Amino acid sequence: MSLARGAGARLEGTGPEPEGLGRFGSFGGRFIPETLVAALEELEREFRAAWGDASFRDELAALLTTYAGRPTPVTECHRLSERLGVRLLLKREDLTHTGSHKINNVLGQALLTQRMGKTRVIAETGAGQHGVATATACALFGLDCTVFMGAVDVERQALNVFRMRLLGAEVVPVHSGSATLKDAINETLRDWVATVEDTHYCVGSVVGPHPFPWIVREFQRVVGDEAREQCREILGGADPDVVVACVGGGSNAMGTFAGFTETGARLVGVEAGGLGLDSGKHGASVARGVPGVLHGARSLYLQDEEGQIKEAHSISAGLDYPGVGPEHAYFAEMGRAEYHNATDDEALEAIRLLSQTEGIIPALEPAHALAWLSAVAGSGVPSGSTVLVTLSGRGDKDAAQVARHFGEGDLE
Amino acid sequence: MRLEAELRAKRDAGRKLLVPYVTGGLGDRWVDVVAALAAAGADAIEVGIPFSDPVMDGPTIQEASQAALEGGVTPQGVVGALADSDAGVPLVVMTYYNPVLHAGHERFAAALAAAGVDGAIVPDLPVDELDGWGDAADAQGVETVLLAAPTTTDGRLAEICARSKGFIYGVSLLGVTGERRALSDMALTMGKRLKEATDLPALLGVGVSTPEQAVEAAAAADGVIVGSALVRRLLDGGGPEEAGAFVATLRAALDRG
Ligand SMILES: Cc1ncc(COP(=O)(O)O)c(C=O)c1O
Repeated sequence: MSLARGAGARLEGTGPEPEGLGRFGSFGGRFIPETLVAALEELEREFRAAWGDASFRDELAALLTTYAGRPTPVTECHRLSERLGVRLLLKREDLTHTGSHKINNVLGQALLTQRMGKTRVIAETGAGQHGVATATACALFGLDCTVFMGAVDVERQALNVFRMRLLGAEVVPVHSGSATLKDAINETLRDWVATVEDTHYCVGSVVGPHPFPWIVREFQRVVGDEAREQCREILGGADPDVVVACVGGGSNAMGTFAGFTETGARLVGVEAGGLGLDSGKHGASVARGVPGVLHGARSLYLQDEEGQIKEAHSISAGLDYPGVGPEHAYFAEMGRAEYHNATDDEALEAIRLLSQTEGIIPALEPAHALAWLSAVAGSGVPSGSTVLVTLSGRGDKDAAQVARHFGEGDLE
Repeated sequence: MRLEAELRAKRDAGRKLLVPYVTGGLGDRWVDVVAALAAAGADAIEVGIPFSDPVMDGPTIQEASQAALEGGVTPQGVVGALADSDAGVPLVVMTYYNPVLHAGHERFAAALAAAGVDGAIVPDLPVDELDGWGDAADAQGVETVLLAAPTTTDGRLAEICARSKGFIYGVSLLGVTGERRALSDMALTMGKRLKEATDLPALLGVGVSTPEQAVEAAAAADGVIVGSALVRRLLDGGGPEEAGAFVATLRAALDRG
């Protein structure tokens, strides 16, 4: 099989369904107001039918090919590999239309929205990449679009706010709570409770009530399925020793892992270390979270002694979430994947490193994955290992923020 | 089974039921507010346990929850204060599921029972996820009130009615809590569906804001729950007197019919 550009995206993989009412082990579930149950049941029925239907897969594959630019390449990083002493391959989700892996999921959910006959789409966004992807798909399909975004994120991702508005979406700043991704999800759920009859909630990561963690993983598995075949071409039939991705809610990581769960690869998710785990200001929900229920799913969340959800902190808006998708909680519990973290400063350094060794400017989120690798290459990851890192998005959206941190002043 | 027994007895005696909601820990005098609501004619009182992420609540109750949390209130603090209160009517806590799960089902249920709390409403715990909490609550005699929504299918409604205890809470519109200018058409349909589906006391809530709306909704069911309209008065600086006076106007309107 060839995954050269022009050959077109292929959607062949199917992963395990969650058990019972959306369970991954003891995680997952459907803990939401009664008002939403009927819509989630409809969505599950529609997705199951669509995903088993070759014509739906063909339609989505065609969109991913001709509109989103799939398959994305795997790039071997010669100079950085030499620097780190490992053989580094990057899965280039930064090269998709709209600039991150988020488009894969959104195009799938837009098709589902159409099948359900709904005319309006709502979404939460952190970094704005999921919001931009959703606004893009809604423009393409002629759907009304409203995106909820924490007021703090509206500030630090101004470029994406402009892009969403230009694409015709309404962007609603959310001021409640910590005014970041968690609060944007709360507000999107509140809108949905009122509008569920004609509105689809396009959840942007492998979080939320069943069936979202399953649907989003299946729509993102194209990342891992492509990467596995591409790695085998490059590595003479072998799988990489280590597969690494950053984890906010966990969709680029779960999509990547899905392609490698049957291989012997070590799976590593990298969470936001923020100002360091002991500072209490981080987004390391697997490392420091405890089981709880938020946004519809039982998973690992940062919370206090009373079960109040704590605010996360990350320089990267896309990782600034105090929880993780339930399948990650399950993978962590089972030991099928390991979860580490990288701090704000380490991520900033990794941006400079990749930019200057490979000419690729990554987004802040996947910079965390690279930062972890660069910290442990030669120790935690032995020299000579082959490593695949998913580069989930490109750095344009972060330019102004990163410039400020590098002391380059205000770009505007 | 005091909650259901008392509500049923009053309903059967021809009274329209009134259950006001107040956010626990909101202001220094919230326990006095609870007593004032009882004195003003509430048939049971719903006390909210503030949570950081109240997805079923609109701006008013969000603001109240945040203010209470900033004031340092905890779930144990609210439940403990209720133990010392003596309202004379059944008490029902409204709590999101995470604080319950975090404390542990058995521990939480035992704490409610020890505090003399009769029931619990957990709006993000639908009937299909009820088991763990439901069993623990049953074992302690805490009645778990389930919600039915306009989108609930008839099949689910039967299951919800079969498993709800205390009363059945009909959501009167599509949306989260908050005052509305008019009663939704869906309220009347909801009331009718509940009355056909069950003999449990059937109350309509979410959006019921004024005495007129309360009368209109109560005509289609056995009574109403009024939250945001009361909480807004407390956020605006009102105390037990204002809260009691507002509930007295609701009571009088319902009694006139
Ligand atoms: C480029 C990029 N990577 C990663 C993420 C984190 O999301 P997830 O963990 O679901 O992949 C985001 C979220 O906004 C993103 O924009």
